[in-house]
Parts: sequence; structure tokens; C-alpha cells
Amino acid sequence: MSFETLRLDGVSRSFGGHEALAGLDLTIKRGEFIALLGPSGCGKSTALNCLAGLLPLTRGSIWQDEARLDVLPPERRGFGMVFQNYALFPHLPVRKNIAFGLQMRRVPRAEIRRRVDEALRLVHLEEHAGKLPGQLSGGQQQRVAIARAVVLEPALVLMDEPLSNLDAKLRLEMRTEIRRLHQSLGLTTVYVTHDQEEALSLADRLVVLRAGRVQQVGTPEQLHTEPANWHVADFMGYRNLLPLRAGPRDGTGIVVEFEGHRLTGTPVGDAAPGGEVVAGIRPEDLRIGPAGGPGVPATVEVVEYQGREVAVEARTEGGVALNLRTADRPAVGDRITVTVEPRRLLVFPSGGAQ
Amino acid sequence: MAARRAIVATPAAWLVWGVVVAFFVFLAGVIGSVVVSSFGTRWFDTWLPLGWTPDWYAQAWDEFTLLPVLIVTLEVSALVVGISVLIGVPAAYVLARRGFPGRRLLYLLFLLPILMPPITYGIPLATVLYKYGFAGNLSGVVLANLVPSVPFVILTMTPFIEQIDPAVERAARMCGAGTRQVFVRILAPLLVPGILAASILVLVRTVGMFELTFLTAGPDSQTLVVALYYSMSAAGIRAQQSIDAMAVIYTSMMLVLLVLALRFVNPTQLVARVRDDGD
Amino acid sequence: MSAIVGARPALRHRLAERGVDRQLLLLLPAALFVVTLFIYPFLYGVGLSFQPTKGGTLGAYREFFTDAYLRDTILTTLRLSLPAALLNVLASVPIAYRMRGRFRGKRLLTTLLVVPITLGTVLTAQGLLNFLGPTGWFNRSLLSAGLVDAPVRLTNNYWGVFFSLVITGFPFAFLLVLSYLSGIDPSLERAAATLGAGRWQRFRRITLPLLAPGLATTFCLTFVLAFSVFPSAVLVGDPAGTTRVMSIAAYDAAYVRYDYPLASAVAVLMGLVELLVIAAVLGWRALLYTGSTAGGKG
Repeated sequence: MSFETLRLDGVSRSFGGHEALAGLDLTIKRGEFIALLGPSGCGKSTALNCLAGLLPLTRGSIWQDEARLDVLPPERRGFGMVFQNYALFPHLPVRKNIAFGLQMRRVPRAEIRRRVDEALRLVHLEEHAGKLPGQLSGGQQQRVAIARAVVLEPALVLMDEPLSNLDAKLRLEMRTEIRRLHQSLGLTTVYVTHDQEEALSLADRLVVLRAGRVQQVGTPEQLHTEPANWHVADFMGYRNLLPLRAGPRDGTGIVVEFEGHRLTGTPVGDAAPGGEVVAGIRPEDLRIGPAGGPGVPATVEVVEYQGREVAVEARTEGGVALNLRTADRPAVGDRITVTVEPRRLLVFPSGGAQ
Repeated sequence: MAARRAIVATPAAWLVWGVVVAFFVFLAGVIGSVVVSSFGTRWFDTWLPLGWTPDWYAQAWDEFTLLPVLIVTLEVSALVVGISVLIGVPAAYVLARRGFPGRRLLYLLFLLPILMPPITYGIPLATVLYKYGFAGNLSGVVLANLVPSVPFVILTMTPFIEQIDPAVERAARMCGAGTRQVFVRILAPLLVPGILAASILVLVRTVGMFELTFLTAGPDSQTLVVALYYSMSAAGIRAQQSIDAMAVIYTSMMLVLLVLALRFVNPTQLVARVRDDGD
Repeated sequence: MSAIVGARPALRHRLAERGVDRQLLLLLPAALFVVTLFIYPFLYGVGLSFQPTKGGTLGAYREFFTDAYLRDTILTTLRLSLPAALLNVLASVPIAYRMRGRFRGKRLLTTLLVVPITLGTVLTAQGLLNFLGPTGWFNRSLLSAGLVDAPVRLTNNYWGVFFSLVITGFPFAFLLVLSYLSGIDPSLERAAATLGAGRWQRFRRITLPLLAPGLATTFCLTFVLAFSVFPSAVLVGDPAGTTRVMSIAAYDAAYVRYDYPLASAVAVLMGLVELLVIAAVLGWRALLYTGSTAGGKG
């Protein structure tokens, strides 16, 4: 039941007057790993549940090649889903949990055994096949949930924040596992998360959502270096967001004034001279210079050791807190000046969201 | 994340709802016929009584000496609630918080009177109470009703106490509070909702509890439900409709208590010993 | 605290380590209470049952089993309580299944269902006498609908008591089953749906196995309530005949014949029969999965 393209057409879902998802347009190609990314309440889980058929659409349609999908109930869509709380059947041992979908499809018993064994090997759980879910650790339960979804070789795998309940170390390990699985099985995957690092490392393409609307669709590279608006930038780790007024253009750049200093930045979207804008800068793109040098003066307030680099919070003379990341070792109380390359100072229109 | 479902109209759904509606219609008929009868003049072979009158109530009030009976009912329930809370709450606290040898056995012991039907332990209990002279008057009735009530308070309070984080008590001690202060200023206020819930539940159960009072009451220590039973089983002598009037008075009393109880607990707690999980 | 290293700590501390200290005194009133007013009368009653005026130690029991009037009460009570309990529990399942989850009016529904339980068996009996009587509304409706030619006898017999057991027992069973059902993680059914399970399969393979232990418990509780039926059997049944249940026999023995040993024997036998049924059901329950009904550590 595989497809070439899966198309979401204006998919919307409202709950009692509140629009949780408003007009999602997306085309997914076979084998892609798509991440739906955004803060809580942005509609990403809603979108996933609509895809699964667990929520009916308020508006719009979903198409699998030329066939209409949103009229089918979840049991007839043939998608695999990994739930946030795993939803393992507590009364069935691991083996039977994984076999469940195959039994629903009336696959012959010998074949079920073969495929379940294969799935167990894939997630390294062969010795735990006879145990009940309650006897497994969180990470093991998660792997069972994944095995249960992929053993069906479904046309689409849906994952709803599967790593959010694991501790940090396990999360990193499982992230690599998921990537490896995708590379070896090649199953089309839609993955929901609020962790941008996770999304960037796993996805072929990302969809950033906010308040039910799509902010940007692109590759990790595109989102990381060319966020479409300041909300996306905020999510992508542009920790310094400064509300300013735009000055005149300067070649391809645009000038903004910050505490009496003229900085040149790169305009994004319809950031225009005279308009209200938000300037976004990554912590690692701010350079530290000695006191008295060119740039914005500031005083170091907090220094956090992070291994090779340190995270620094410095306060400007106007009282604005700037976040920096540097391999230098400034001390608390040092007077510094901060500069940034025009290419790495992104100027967004203040309105922001579509 | 399913939203509130609309009621789906499949044949199975209709059947289920049909059964539920039929049950309530039946129930309404059962209760309604008593109410209608109590307000009717003569009612023999017609759908509704021939006329309407409130006189049966006055008659019932005098005939069954309802005022003393109501007072007895109130006295019994107040005493039972008060004593069972006084005995039960400290016991619940210790059971919930501490582990000690024999804890499980004791817990099971407290569970028994609730699981056993009142008749089974009521007859031996009444026999003992008669032997020592307690039965036949108010003290016997109160003692008998305490038997299921104390365990009930313990069972109801235990989840409430478990809900209170023991770390809160420890934090109070770290701030310098002694045992009495911890209890008065920290524990008691947190326990008040639980105690209220337990009290209401015991109240409702005691007023409606038939068997135990029946077995231990004397002629002037009957609660309303027992008086109702007696009048019903001697039905030949009394007019059916004044009995109905009495039954309606009993029903109204219970419904008032029920409404009162529902302000503090959710309906399921009246039935099952579950904590309020919120809907 | 011991000043000498290596000496045993005081007895008080050793006890405290195992949880025994002054706070346990709080338990004392309740424990004493249960012992004097429950355990003692119970044991006294059991003892009494072995001290009849004639017939030796087992005289009362022998009398019970040789007198058909007494012996038949066991079967009579079971004939009433088992079907009633089964009906109450089994009928609750499809209805509770449809009503799980939130919907408008759920609170109203549960409140209404609590009413018959609160009103109790005596009032239900009075209402049934009116409602199911030969000139009552129920028979009237049947007659006018043409379903029967003459009024159906539904009071002062088995059916009156049966209806009474259902009216007071069904809401109880329903609310319990509903709460067990609500305790099953809803994401489990959703997961089963994504794996291809239709409605009936989801119920049969996921919900029912997880509900079964709760059903067993509900049955036991409902059965106990039905087995100890007393006022309904007298008021709306046939206490001298077809609905002479064990509690009536016990009451008669104690307060009509003043034969306390016999009454205690009947009470003991009541307890035993109940215990047998409950043990059988709980034994079956032990074979089922009775762990958590959540879907995972998430």
C-alpha cells in the first residue's frame, strides 16, 4: 500500500471554535523524513492525529497519490504510529505486542513469527521477547513501540514525540537509532517534536508550526541559516532578538540603530526602512572585542562553563541582555565590546507570523 | 487527543440508550407511583387517583409519630458521624503513613465489616448487644451503626492522606514546628475536605441503613427507614396511602442529603470507595 | 543515643526502626472498636452456633440440613442473587463501554443513577408494590398496549424481589464498571486502531482482557449485596414460600423462635456460601492479567 506522494490540502482542525490547525499544505514524497516542529499548542500533534485518522478534519483533505485518504478510519489506513506514552498493550508480552498488527491483517502464523523475530533483532530486544511491558525500562518500551509500528512495513510511520519521556543520555542514543532505522528501512516518516536539535538531526525536511499555522518548510540547513521570520528564528536558537527600527538600506543590507550604534544587517522578508523590525543574532555569531573597541559596549554578568566554549550573558549600557557563545574566557565584570557580521544579523519584520 | 464525542447514531447505540432510558422510566414509575399515591384521595383501579389531597401527610405525621422518629434519626446519624470520624481519622493517618508489622492484617480487619452484608454480622452483634443491655435503645443503635462506619471513614480517608505529600510535614518540621503544630496548622486544614467527604458519606449511609437499626432498635429508637418498614409490614391495619406519605417524607429527606453530599463528593464515591479522580 | 560504640541501641529505637512507636496508639481506639464490636460478636455467634439446646455440638447445623424448609433457603437465595448479580454486571458492560470518556450530561447521568442506591431497598419495595401491582402503572401499560390479557403477577413473588435487586444493584455495578473502564488508558485503543483493529476487535482483544479483573470484583460486590437481601424479600416477595431467603430464616430463628444457636448457624452458613462463590470467582480472576492498565512509562 505504498505511495509516491502524500498530499495534505488545506488540512484544518478546530475544537469548539478554537482553530488548533489552520490550513496545512504539505506534500510528502516516499521515503522522506518530515519533522513537525513547534512549541506546545502549535498544532503539530493535531496534524499527526489527523494524518492517523484519530481526529476527523474540519476542513481540507488528504490524498494518497490519487486516492482520498481522510474518509478512511485509522484501522484502514495502514499507517504505523508510535505514541508519546508508547501505548503498549500491558497484558500482552513483547512478542504479542509486536505481532498484533500482523494478526489484524491475518498474516499466516509462520510469517508473523519470522517478521517479529526480525523486528526484535532490529531493535535489539531478542532476550526480552517474552516479558510484559511493565517489566521493561522506558527505553526498552520505546523500542518495542517502534518495532510494533515498523514491523508492518507501513506506507507511513507517525511518531508523536517518542523521545520526550527519556532521560538525556538515552534520548541521544535513541535518536541515532531512529536515524539508523530510517536509513536502513527507508520508510516514510512524519515525526513530531518540540526539540529543534532533534528535528535538525533527524529530518530531511522540517515544518515549523506556530498557533496552528505553518511558518516555514525547508531543509535543516535552510531553517538554520535562513529562518523565514523571527518566530522561526527564535525556535532555531537565535537567542538574541532585539526589537528595533529599521534605518536606510545599505547596498544589499539594511541599517538598524541599537543604543546609538549603527549596525548593518541582512533583511529578511519585507523588512523595509522605517518599519518596526526584530533583529536576530545567534549567540555564536557575536564576537567579543576589548573595551573601547568598535561595537556595542557591554559588561559581562554571567559566565557558564560548557566545555570548550562558554555561554556568556552580558548587559549593554541600555540594560539589554545579550547571549554570547565564545571560546574566549572572559571574567565576570569585564567590560567588552560586541560586534557581529552583517551576514549573521538577520532583520525580520516585526509582524512575523503569517 | 479525542475531543468530546457526539452521540453516534448506530443501531447498537440506540439499543444501549434505549435500555438506559427504559431503566429510568421504570425508576421514575416506581418512585412516582409512591408520590402520586401519597397525594391522592381514593385510588383503586384507575390511572390516577380520583382526587388530590395533602391530608395523608398530616395523618402519617401523627399516626407514625414522625417527629420523634425524625429526631431519633438525626441523633443517631450525628452521633455515628461524630464518633466514627473521631476514631477513624487518626487510625487512617497511622495506616496510611506508617508501615509496621501487622499493618496489612489490620487493614484487612478494617475492611471486613464493609465487605460483609449487615445481616450476617448484625444478628450476632444484636445478640451480644442485647446480652449486655445496649440494644433496644439509642446506644445500641449507635453502636451497631458504628461497625461499618468506622471502617468506612478509614477507607475513605486513607487515599486523602496518601495524597498529602509527607515531605510537607517534614518541611514544616524543618521550619521548627512541633508535632501539635504540624497537626493543627498543616495537616488538619489539608484533611478537612476529606473529613467532610467521609462525614457526608457516613451520614447518607447511616440514614439509609436498614438492617442494623432494625435488629437493634427498640420501639422508641427507630430511625425513619425502620419505622417505614414496620408500617409496611403491618400494612393491613394502616391506610396504604399514609404509608406512601411517610415514604415520600423519607425520600425527600434522602434526596436532600444526596444533593448535599454531591456538593462535596462526586457520585461515584457514594458507591465505590474510590478517590475523586475528577471528570 | 548509646555512648558506647558497638552496644545495642535502646529497645525504644529498635522498635521505632520497625515502625512501632507511640503514634501507633492513635490506632488503638479503632482497633479496639473493631475487635469488641465485630470480631467478638462474630466469634461469639460462631461459638453459639455450636451450642444448641439439643443435638450435640452440630445440632443446629443438623437441624438446618434436615429441615427442608430451612435447607431450601440456600438454593432460593442463590436462585435470586446469582442471576441478578450476573445481569447487573453483564448489562453494565456495553452501556459503560458506550459511555466511557466525556460527554455532555455524564455527571447528570451518574447522579441520577445514584438515586436508587441512596433511597435503598425499603423504599424501592414500597414503590414496586405500587408500580408493579395488579392495578399499577406497569400492568396498565401492558394491558393498554395489548401485550397481555390479564395483569401479570409481579409482586409478592420471585419477580418483585428480582426487580428490586436489579433496581438497586444495577447502578452500583454500572458505576463500578464505568470507573474500571475509565481507568484503562484510552491511547491503547487508539494504538490498536492504527494497527488495523476494528471496533469489535479492539473491545475483545484490548479492553475486555484489561477489564475482566474489574468485572470479577464488581460481580463479587454485587453478589454479596444481592445475597444478603432482606427487606425486599419480605415486603415485595413471598417470605414464607418462594422467596424465603437465608436472611429471613436467620431472622425468624432469632426473633420469632428465640433459637439463637440456630440463627447463628444460619448466619455462619450464609457467610460460608458467599465465601465459596467469591472464592471461585476470585480464583478465576487470579488467572488474568491484573497489572497496571496504563500504556507505558510515558
